Amino acid sequence: MPEKAARWAVYAAAILFCLYYLLPLFVMIATSLKPLEEIRAGNLLALPVDPSFEAWAKAWSSACTGVRCEGLRGYFWNSVSMAVPAVLISTLIGAFNGYVLAMWRFRGSDVLFALLLVGCFIPFQVVLLPMATTLGYLGLATSITGLVFVHVVYGLAFTTLFFRNYYVAIPDELVKAARIDGAGFFRIFRRIILPLSAPIIAVTVIWQFTQVWNDFLFGVVFSSGERQPITVALNNLVNTSTGVKEYNVDMAAAIIAALPTLFVYVVAGKYFIRGLTAGAVKG
Amino acid sequence: MAALSIRNLHKTYSGASPEVLKGIDLEVEHGELLILVGPSGCGKSTLLALIAGLEPMTSGEIRIGGRVVNHLPPKDRDIAMVFQSYALYPNMTARENISFGLEIRGVARAERETVVERVAQTLQIEALLERKPAQLSGGQRQRVAMGRAIARDPALFLFDEPLSNLDAKLRVEMRTEIKLLHRRIGATIVYVTHDQIEAMTLGDKIAVMKDGELQQFGTPQQVYDDPRNLFVAGFMGSPPMNFIPVRVEPAGGGCGVRLESAGRSYLFPAAGTGGKLGGCIGRQVLLGIRPEQISHGVEARTGAAHVHTAVLPVNLVEPTGPDTLVLVTVNGRQVTCRVHPAHAARPGEDMAFMFDLSKAVFFDPQTGERIA
Repeated sequence: MPEKAARWAVYAAAILFCLYYLLPLFVMIATSLKPLEEIRAGNLLALPVDPSFEAWAKAWSSACTGVRCEGLRGYFWNSVSMAVPAVLISTLIGAFNGYVLAMWRFRGSDVLFALLLVGCFIPFQVVLLPMATTLGYLGLATSITGLVFVHVVYGLAFTTLFFRNYYVAIPDELVKAARIDGAGFFRIFRRIILPLSAPIIAVTVIWQFTQVWNDFLFGVVFSSGERQPITVALNNLVNTSTGVKEYNVDMAAAIIAALPTLFVYVVAGKYFIRGLTAGAVKG
Repeated sequence: MAALSIRNLHKTYSGASPEVLKGIDLEVEHGELLILVGPSGCGKSTLLALIAGLEPMTSGEIRIGGRVVNHLPPKDRDIAMVFQSYALYPNMTARENISFGLEIRGVARAERETVVERVAQTLQIEALLERKPAQLSGGQRQRVAMGRAIARDPALFLFDEPLSNLDAKLRVEMRTEIKLLHRRIGATIVYVTHDQIEAMTLGDKIAVMKDGELQQFGTPQQVYDDPRNLFVAGFMGSPPMNFIPVRVEPAGGGCGVRLESAGRSYLFPAAGTGGKLGGCIGRQVLLGIRPEQISHGVEARTGAAHVHTAVLPVNLVEPTGPDTLVLVTVNGRQVTCRVHPAHAARPGEDMAFMFDLSKAVFFDPQTGERIA
């Protein structure tokens, strides 16, 4: 039965890679639950003998990031108040751009779209200096609003691309029918097009949330002190040395920083696949 | 006053590109069903889009119900449209689809409900009103799309190939229904199709189009019996009209046409052409004759002035059920004859055919224009 053997080989490979990817997570969780002595004495892969959440509590509320020792709590909320508006605004504008580029073509709309696509390939580093100047000019330097602005601008190319490509698959007779029914530009968007967009909204939100939440470079460049996002704070926390390296606290902090993106994937992950593979809207 | 009148309508998409519509003139009376028919790319759908106001026109004039609508947006033209893909709003139920247009025009909820109920009753879709388009079959979606149009109670209905997404059986059923509906509500309809059978069965008037130009405008029977040029003659009718290159010769004081096949030669007098062939003696012309005008010999009719008999060898036989199509060769051209199945000879055999030239038409082989 060569077919069966082949299948088992595939399973074996899949399981191997699964373990390979899950092992670091296991080590992180196990280490974060161990007290320091156990880490020093024991094996990296050993289960905690006496699990406790002390390290988590410290990472959340009292670990030192530089000279301040208030844990990640404040920075976590910084990241939330940066990511949520940045994701919502960039998704909404992307949907609107996509609607115009796909359904209300105008002279030069394809050129505009091509130029927007270039935005997807611009490396972060290139925009740092001009963006710093712009933020200063707008009076948004080192503020969370400034970071939101940066992420919205940088995300627009992607969100527009997603929505535009989703909307070109929607038959334009739908828009014609709505125009004859008397609906205008905005009403067609709100009543006909947006209600069809759930899968692509899920894709865009996941993509944008991951991008914005995980961003380090913009965070470290365009913010400072207590207004930094959690990624920068995590870096500071790990690099702040008080004699003993507290691996359990570092691990707990890293997991805390990663939890929201994990959460978004678990909640909206199935829509992600569905949205990426969605073709024309039937009906 | 005509329900729809179009004067010298031109359409060009952008500066340098060729004209899509090259001066269309049409008039549709109240309650008439006009068919726009032609091969793909002939401009029929563009014409419909211009009437709807979905595309801007380049020049000319469109009047709906006597009112010039040249630059009015679609919603102000008092029209409704049924699309090929139905274009039902996927996120709304059938009921919401039908009442959406009314809602936008600010019709009160109670009145909207009354209209929806009335329309649903007309189209027998009461049971489907709470379903989304995805839960409806092709024919049901078609009905809902028509319901959406009827609910508006417009001065003019526009149908853009509404049946071409349906399977063959359903298409014939819906064709009959559209005709019944048209009789019942007495609406004025402009209906685009590429299917000449749909055009013949549905239309009060037919406008045959090609390359952005109106080829002929008339009743189905006029267009079928009296085509203005070679294109119209070949486009309308299935199987299509036979075109036989013939030489015009003098015959019995008038003109005749020479037919040759398998060593036999016939000179058929072409009566009833009003002497228009007279000037063509010695010239090659195209004789247009429909398959049903070449049948097996019937004793009672062979004496008539315009009926002539020829014996021809049969190439191929195609039974269709009610008739059998017999293929023969005349003047080097394949010719289809429609005969009663019982009288069809077998391939290779000789068979006597009766040519009825009373409805024969003649074309100039160079220009394709009708001579007689």
